[in-house]
Amino acid sequence: MSGGQASLLHFYVFNTEYGPKEGEEHKKILFFHPPDVDIDTQVKRIGLSEAVTRFAATFSDKPCQSMHTQQTRQVFFEPEPCFWMVMSVSIPFKEKVKDGQTVTEYRDDHVQDSVFECILRQAYKMFKLFNGTFTTILMRADGNVDSLKQRLEHFYSKYLLTLKLPQGDILDVFNGITFLPLDKNTYLRIQCFINTLEATFPFIKYTSFLYNEKLVWSGLEQEDMRIMYRYLTASLFPTYLEQELQGGHSRQPSGFGHYGKFMTGPPDLSDDKNMGKVPRVYVNTEELDEECYLIVYTALSATICLLVNVKSPMNVALCRKLDAVLGPQMSKLASDIGEQYSKRVAALNTADPVFKYLYFNHMNLAQQTTVHIDLQKRSGVNIPLDILRLLGDINADLTRDNEDGETMVKTTSDYWVVGKKSEQREFYVVINQRSANLIEINDEVKRLCNTYLNSIFFLD
Amino acid sequence: MATGEDSYYITLCKNPVRFEPVSKANNVFFDDANKQVFAVRSGGAMGVVMKGPEEKTMASFRMEDRGDIISIKFSPDKRILAAQRSIKTVEFLNFQEDLSVEQQEYSQSCKGKTTEVRGFVWSSPNEIVLITSSGLEHYQVIPEKRTLKSLKSLSLQVNWYVWLSSSGLLLVSSGTLGNTLHPFQFRQPGVMTRLAKFEVDLPVIPKPQKLCLLDRDVTIAEIYDQLYIVILRHPPSAASGAEIVLYQLQKESPARKSDVLKLDMSGRFAINVVDNLVMVHHQASKTSVIFDIKLEAKSDGYVNYHYPVLSPLGIRPFKLLLPSVNMQAGTDKTEYNCELYSANWIVFQPDIVIDAKLGCLWTLQMNLNPLVTMIPDKDRLIQFLLYRTDSKGVVLSVCAQMLVPGSQASLQSLARVYDMLNLSYKQYLTTESQVMNGELASGSSSKRVVVDQSDMFTHVFSVFEEYKDIKYKFMVAVLIEYIRSLNQFGIPVQHYLYELIINILVHNNCFYQLHQFLQYHVLSDSKPLACLMLSLESVYPPAHQLALDMLKRIQTANEEIIEVLLSKQQLLPALRFIRSVGIVDTVSSRKFLEAALSTEDSRIFYTVFKFFEHRNQKLRTNPRFQTGEHCEDYVKHFEKTFGQDALMPIPTFQ
Repeated sequence: MSGGQASLLHFYVFNTEYGPKEGEEHKKILFFHPPDVDIDTQVKRIGLSEAVTRFAATFSDKPCQSMHTQQTRQVFFEPEPCFWMVMSVSIPFKEKVKDGQTVTEYRDDHVQDSVFECILRQAYKMFKLFNGTFTTILMRADGNVDSLKQRLEHFYSKYLLTLKLPQGDILDVFNGITFLPLDKNTYLRIQCFINTLEATFPFIKYTSFLYNEKLVWSGLEQEDMRIMYRYLTASLFPTYLEQELQGGHSRQPSGFGHYGKFMTGPPDLSDDKNMGKVPRVYVNTEELDEECYLIVYTALSATICLLVNVKSPMNVALCRKLDAVLGPQMSKLASDIGEQYSKRVAALNTADPVFKYLYFNHMNLAQQTTVHIDLQKRSGVNIPLDILRLLGDINADLTRDNEDGETMVKTTSDYWVVGKKSEQREFYVVINQRSANLIEINDEVKRLCNTYLNSIFFLD
Repeated sequence: MATGEDSYYITLCKNPVRFEPVSKANNVFFDDANKQVFAVRSGGAMGVVMKGPEEKTMASFRMEDRGDIISIKFSPDKRILAAQRSIKTVEFLNFQEDLSVEQQEYSQSCKGKTTEVRGFVWSSPNEIVLITSSGLEHYQVIPEKRTLKSLKSLSLQVNWYVWLSSSGLLLVSSGTLGNTLHPFQFRQPGVMTRLAKFEVDLPVIPKPQKLCLLDRDVTIAEIYDQLYIVILRHPPSAASGAEIVLYQLQKESPARKSDVLKLDMSGRFAINVVDNLVMVHHQASKTSVIFDIKLEAKSDGYVNYHYPVLSPLGIRPFKLLLPSVNMQAGTDKTEYNCELYSANWIVFQPDIVIDAKLGCLWTLQMNLNPLVTMIPDKDRLIQFLLYRTDSKGVVLSVCAQMLVPGSQASLQSLARVYDMLNLSYKQYLTTESQVMNGELASGSSSKRVVVDQSDMFTHVFSVFEEYKDIKYKFMVAVLIEYIRSLNQFGIPVQHYLYELIINILVHNNCFYQLHQFLQYHVLSDSKPLACLMLSLESVYPPAHQLALDMLKRIQTANEEIIEVLLSKQQLLPALRFIRSVGIVDTVSSRKFLEAALSTEDSRIFYTVFKFFEHRNQKLRTNPRFQTGEHCEDYVKHFEKTFGQDALMPIPTFQ
């Protein structure tokens, strides 16, 4: 018996306005994956997608979101006027032998629209973070489509390789931010540290502060931070960690008595010529598509992101000055936070809960999960996959009506799953308690809400 | 340097006490215990005029002339006058309450044939201590009987003595060199406490040994509520400067050498203590320096070495209006520039300067304003000012100046300054609460300057309003720094500070920043803050959630939560809320029905109506609304919409 997981079949970007004349349809294509598909097939695929979206538009004000077939799922997204992004994935299947015959069983329910739509949106936003909008790129290139094509090619050829489609779940839908719980005084100290830093180095436009991949402060607007957070936690930090483990960044315990070093920026502060790799990002906090250097500095578990407008000069000498200030202070803050953090973690671990929960607040994008072992899904989840999918389904239901509500499900595997939505907040609980009845579960969830959500307005 | 009024920080008081200058016929005495000047004409026969520090304390009387007076002092309540005319006896004269004198004197001689009286001090209203060449004699004076009763006497070889009346401390010099000092304390009437003696180290010991520590170089001073023996130490050679050594008096052990003040000058000095500052006047250069022993100093682990707070500067010139000698000039008064640091000057503790030839008694004062420009380091300046008594106005103006564009201070500097302000603010609050709880007697809170939140708000952060060109980022950073400092000292932050910061953030569209502050409870929960957030919902939708969360946490804001939900026509959440907090029985049904009706959704109205019918049923076993609830209109509306049959039937009992 064999089977298949959800995998990426196609990913393309096109503009419906380009190549309107017959025979020029290929001009619509801006990016196509896989690259080895011949141009005729590309044109046909794009033609079909365009036809589907146009056709659907006659029935609804809302744009067409997805198309289901037995073996594939296509999701559509129009991020900018006339620019369409399409992703199609294969439906997972299992081959079974039934009555001596091999039957392929497609598990359509294993692919959730909400999840893949969000993955597609994220792909766009990540591109935008590093390149700006399609429109801006065209504007800067005086309408030269080739420059846009190059950018798309350059970015997505690598990005698509990092997609882990089978792991897509409700967390991708939330695409939230995990905040670090911190007492007020330490938080204020961090605040004052950042304020002083920005006052001392006025070229720093925006600053964000993280600890252990959890956000403490963002000087960027929420939407900018949301995608930046994604980039940092899903890409930059793991890559850096990997290189670190391989001894790539072994800056010797710098005789300066601190643990700070640049994650992006000069690898060696004594080498004036090597600025290292400094990503440029486009943010929309104070102005549209503002291009900034993203300088990331880390000490112990604390990380600070400094955004510097590309118009400001940036060199190793400045980084040395930054290092002199950041190193000692970040090290001190990190160890102080660490002390508090380990106490908190220890306190959480003493009460070993028989349930797992997931929380998301649409207003500040705060998410919390005990369903996932770690946020980057490196170590998997604590609950069976079908229960995880159920969470996604409940979420899709609650989202559709956009009204507060509650859903309680008992699965065939004797799990209780409860999803609640109140005032822009969602709370999901998975309880593995075979004998419990509905009333007991209801009481249990009430109790959980009282324990975990007592400081917020969350209605039972 | 500017020569205006404000370029001198040491001044003589405006209205000196005037007395008849010293002359052949007029002797002048000063009693530093009571701060009284005595002008004695012809041994008292021609009259004695006593003038106190305040205008009204003045007495004039006559005494018999029975020889030259050596010393003359009133008892603290001015009912007994003690005068010494010989080296053997002290004479007493009783006074009435109105300072009229009784003519009959009585006297007390010292014990021992060869003993000489070095002087005397009043240790309490009715007690006097004679310091003689061979010891101390403590007496109670009984004015009614015109006699003295010996309380205690003590043998000790005495060279000289120094007395600080405000602390009841008598310091007696003993030994050939004079450097063995015996402190005695007189705190309660009738009790003389002998403290541990100590030796003052001398720069050079002459051979043969002779008295080399003299009373003119020794003073007692109370600095920051601690008693110090202040010794002026002359340099062994003119090459090095003189220094002042402070011995801190201990309760149980000998006085400890604690501080050394470096003068870098030599010659004649005079020492005063003004507002806890040691003020040293140098006659040759006609300048003075000040030392603050609380300011940071070099330490060798035992002793702190201090340098003057500022470079030497003279006392502000003083003009005296004198009756004109030249009558033809037309004016009856002329201005006279007093000679400062004159050879006729004598200083007394703590802050008295007397010019006997001129007939003037001044107190010294600190003028803090000029220091603002003289001490450029703001941390040091604020620290210095906070240790002074009348500095609040200056502190506030410095703090305000630190925010004004052009003279803006760095955030680091502001942080340190705010920490200093809040440290003393916290100490004040702690003392206050101890007084409230009866743990401390009232009045024990020190006279130190306290700059509280309302002072900062009114006098410092108000510059944000005046100067429109201050960047909002700076304003927010400053306020956060101040709030951080308050929190660090555990001082609850007042709402108006939150309001200020919120307004700045809102005006600059920094909603996400605001959101994060609230998320971490940087801005503490309160009903006014929640209401402020509610008002922001139209510009920043998440403010609604923040406000509701806050009201929930306050726990006493159920009414407000209901109002918010009803105003947003969230009837069902409102019902669920009152059920969850258990106040279904007490809420006003009319309010809910009114809101339900305004939704124009009949299903909602039906649900709410039924909900309250059930409540009525449960409360009174009758589903109908009572007249007091004023729900008639809604009942009518219900009947009209759903028909009478839809009403819950009234249960019948049989």
